[in-house]
Formats: sequence, structure tokens, C-alpha cells
Amino acid sequence: MALQAIAFYLLATVTLVSGFCVVSARNPVHSVLFLILAFFSAAGLFVLLGAEFLAMLLVIVYVGAVAVLFLFVVMMLDVDFAALRQGFATYMPLGAGVAAVLAFEMIAVSSVIATKGAGAAHDSPMASGTELSNAETIGRVLYTDYIYFFQAASLVLLVAMIGAIVLTLRHKPGVRRQIISDQVARTPKTGMTIVSPGSGEGIGE
Amino acid sequence: METAVNFWATPTGWTIISVAQILAVLVGLLVSLAFVMYADRKIWAGVQMRKGPNVVGPFGLLQSFADLIKFVLKEIVIPDGADKFVFLLAPVLTFALAMVGWAVIPLAPGWVVSNINVGVLYLFAISSLGVYGIIMGGWASNSKYPFLGSLRSAAQMVSYEVSIGFVIITVILLSGTMNLAQIVEKQAGGFWNWNFLGGGLRNLPIAVVMFPMSVIFFISALAETNRPPFDLPEAESELVAGYQVEYSSSPYLLFMIGELANVILMCALISILFFGGWQAPLDLAFVHAWGPTAQSFYGFMWLFLKIIFFFFLISMTKAIVPRYRYDQLMRLGWKVFLPISLVAVVLVSAWRILGPLHS
Repeated sequence: MALQAIAFYLLATVTLVSGFCVVSARNPVHSVLFLILAFFSAAGLFVLLGAEFLAMLLVIVYVGAVAVLFLFVVMMLDVDFAALRQGFATYMPLGAGVAAVLAFEMIAVSSVIATKGAGAAHDSPMASGTELSNAETIGRVLYTDYIYFFQAASLVLLVAMIGAIVLTLRHKPGVRRQIISDQVARTPKTGMTIVSPGSGEGIGE
Repeated sequence: METAVNFWATPTGWTIISVAQILAVLVGLLVSLAFVMYADRKIWAGVQMRKGPNVVGPFGLLQSFADLIKFVLKEIVIPDGADKFVFLLAPVLTFALAMVGWAVIPLAPGWVVSNINVGVLYLFAISSLGVYGIIMGGWASNSKYPFLGSLRSAAQMVSYEVSIGFVIITVILLSGTMNLAQIVEKQAGGFWNWNFLGGGLRNLPIAVVMFPMSVIFFISALAETNRPPFDLPEAESELVAGYQVEYSSSPYLLFMIGELANVILMCALISILFFGGWQAPLDLAFVHAWGPTAQSFYGFMWLFLKIIFFFFLISMTKAIVPRYRYDQLMRLGWKVFLPISLVAVVLVSAWRILGPLHS
């Protein structure tokens, strides 16, 4: 359909251009903003493929959470951009080489899939002949065939999380922390003492 | 009639009808926002025993329109050191995101611009994007207070999104669908079928979990939309007005409308997820005899009343509850809401597998 084609080319162009701008933008905050735009239009491409569940997850996880933290960190960094850009020409050939290898691999894989793999059998990568939405389809595959990989991935994430906490948690001595339960449990009886000092005496400690 | 049906099925007709629907929702929303703003100020004034706006129009009803004209006619001041493009993009983004969320809200039986299968996730995604308007606005202002405000808001909104996410998962588990219209349809039949009571009499025991979930959702919605008592990004007493300091005129207006539209969106969302959306609290038999259009209007009336009710609660919260301190806010999000909602997800899943719903 014409409308779909227009949407595809629009989203694909935005993805590529913003991807390029991520690398070329002078200001790192602009780079992150372009990265967010790239994520977002990639999510649009997922919707065009009929994978709306993945698209929403991409937006929630990458745009809504990961990129916010990126932006958070980059905004607070005090980087000397002139110094960063000096090595640009030196590393350019290496980067171009890596990019060329990646592009070749991706073209090879997608052409193989299109001619021999799943793409040749079905028009759409979705499981055909079922009434399931693609969230349910992914769930069925994830929790049956790939359950061990799924659990392993979650364990890796858990370890990473605990590791990050262990590395950054510091207990400074002498910091007075708020203990809510103590505050709530405080009554007039425990919280104050009533004294009646005599005239001219005051309260001695 | 036959040709008319065919015309609406063609791409041109589809485009025309979609644009018309979008315009209807947007215009209705923007007009009601003007009065919601007025109601907010009146309620706040009432709590403080003031009169509130009462000069422009009868009872001051046209105050918001006077404010609109005032804002639009003022000069847009852009700070010298500001990043101009991002500075102006931020309020537009906030406004646009607050509007696009309404695309999936089922306003009444059959009244929804886009009835997608992942409606809940879409709304969650859109509300998680809302933080960018604030961060970008704070950063682009190139000034200390806005920057501090935007950093606070980034931490705050990311924290409360987590608990909102788990609360939404409990509703999804209970309803078995992520389509908002279907979630509402499953709550038909009377208020005892609404999700805050577990969705049906057989599920009544799980109300022990679902009712606190609706409360957590309400509080997290306050934090997510930067409403008092969680309005730390714009805390007037310490950050003057946070990320909005450098904004004036229309950009400021866009921020304000976007924020208010987000609040109403959250009211609509809590009505739909927990309080039956457009379902009436009692299923009256004579309503079923009405035509589909009359039933739609009847349903819309109930959703409207529920939104108004929750907005009233949010407004009263603003007037009554003192602002949280920043560390208390973080503690509430991570140490109270997150564990409670995590346990709730486990309990609701267990109920789905072991309870009477399991067939």
C-alpha cells in the first residue's frame, strides 16, 4: 500500500539521518537526543512490521528509561569536545572498516532470510494461522522453547544490578538517617519530658 | 447508503474520518482543559477560603480564556545562552505527548480514535516520554535552577514509572488483555465487577490486593505528572519554578496545558483501569433498550463523571498535602511502592493460576 510505503521510507530516512547525526553532532546532548529520535523511528518501523508489542517495549525500555539515564549523565558531564574531536581523522578508517563489515554481514543475513529462511515461507514473520496477538505469540515462545535462556538472561541482569549496587554503595559514618518507623512510633511519652524548674535554678544537664 | 459505506472504507474516506475524530477529541479536550484549570483554581481557593477567579465572565468562568489571550500576546523571551531549538522544542514536545496519549482512550462504547491491542503499553510508553519535555527544557535554559529541576524530575519520573508499570501489570493479569476497550468491557455489570474490587464477585478476595493497587496508582500518577505534593521539579520555595523559570508567553502556556492534559489523562487511565471506564456503577436494564448512540453518550457521561471525580481528588491533594522532601519522595517510590507492587504482581498471578478464574 502506498501509505505504508510512504511511512516506511519516512521512518527509515529519519532513523538513518538521526543515526548519522548521533555521530556527527558537536554537542553530546544533541547526540543523545538524536539517538532517542533514532530509537523512536525504529519503533515506528516495528509497528509497520506488525510487531507492535516489540515497538512499545522499545519505546518504554530504551526511550523511556535507558535514554533518560544517558541524557542524565551526559548533561552532567563536563567534556572538552575539542579534545574529543582531535582523534577523529585517525580513527576514521578503523570506524569505516568496522561499519563496512557490519553492513556486509547484515545484508548477507537478511538476503539469506529473505530467500531461504522464514521470510521465504511466510509473508510476515508472525506465526500464521493463529488468532493470537503478537504479545501472546512472543510469550508462548519465550516461556516454552527459550525458558532457560530467558531465565539465564534475567539472572545475568540480576547479577549486574547487585554488582552495581555493591560497587557504589558507601556507608559513611556519622550520617544521620531518617528512620520512619522510629518517628511514627514516637509518642509524647517517649518524645518529651516535662520538667518544672524552680525559680532562678534553670535546668542542669 | 451503500456508496457512503464504500467511501468511508477507501483510504481517502478513512483519512478524512480519522482526522475528524482526532479533531473532535482534541477540541473537546482543549475546551474542557480551560474549565478544568478554572475548577482547579476554584477548588484550591475554596480550601483556603478565598474566592478564586470571579471577574471574567459569569462566576469567572472565562478566566482561562482571558489567561490564554494574555499568554499568547506576550513576547517570547529566549535567554541569550539558551539552546534555541531545544528550548522551543521542549514545550512543544510536552504538549504533543500529552495530546497523543488520548488516541487510545476509549471514551464510550465504540468511541476511540485508535483501538490498538497494546493500548496500555502505548499509554505507558507515552507517559514515560513525558520526562523529555522537562529535561530538555531545563537543560536548554542554560541556567542553574531549571537544570536542578530537570535533574530532579528525571529521577522522580523514572522511579515512579517502575511502580506504575507493576500496577498496570496487575490489571493486565486480571483482565487478560492489553486493549483498553476490552479492559473496560470486562468490568461490565456493576461496580462490584470493577477492577479495584478484583473484577467480579468470584474475585472479591483479590480486592485486598487490587484496592491498594488503585491507591498506589493514584499516588504514582501524582508523582508522574509532577503534581503536588510531588511537584519537586518546579518547587517554588527552593527552585523558584524549576524547569519553567526561563519560559514565558506561549512556550510556558504549552508546558502548562501539557501538564494539565497529562493529569486528566491519568484521571482517565485510573478510571479505565480500576473503576470501570464508561461502565455505569449499576447495570440498569432500561439502558439496554436505548439506541447505540444514546448508550455511547450514557457511557461517556459516566467516564466524564469519574474523570471529574479523580480530578477533584487530585485538586484537593494539591490544596491539602504539604510537599514531600526529595529523599522522602525517593524512599516512597523505591522502598515502599516498588516492593508492594512487586508482591502484588506475584499475588495476582497466583490468583490467576490457582484461584477460581483458572479453567
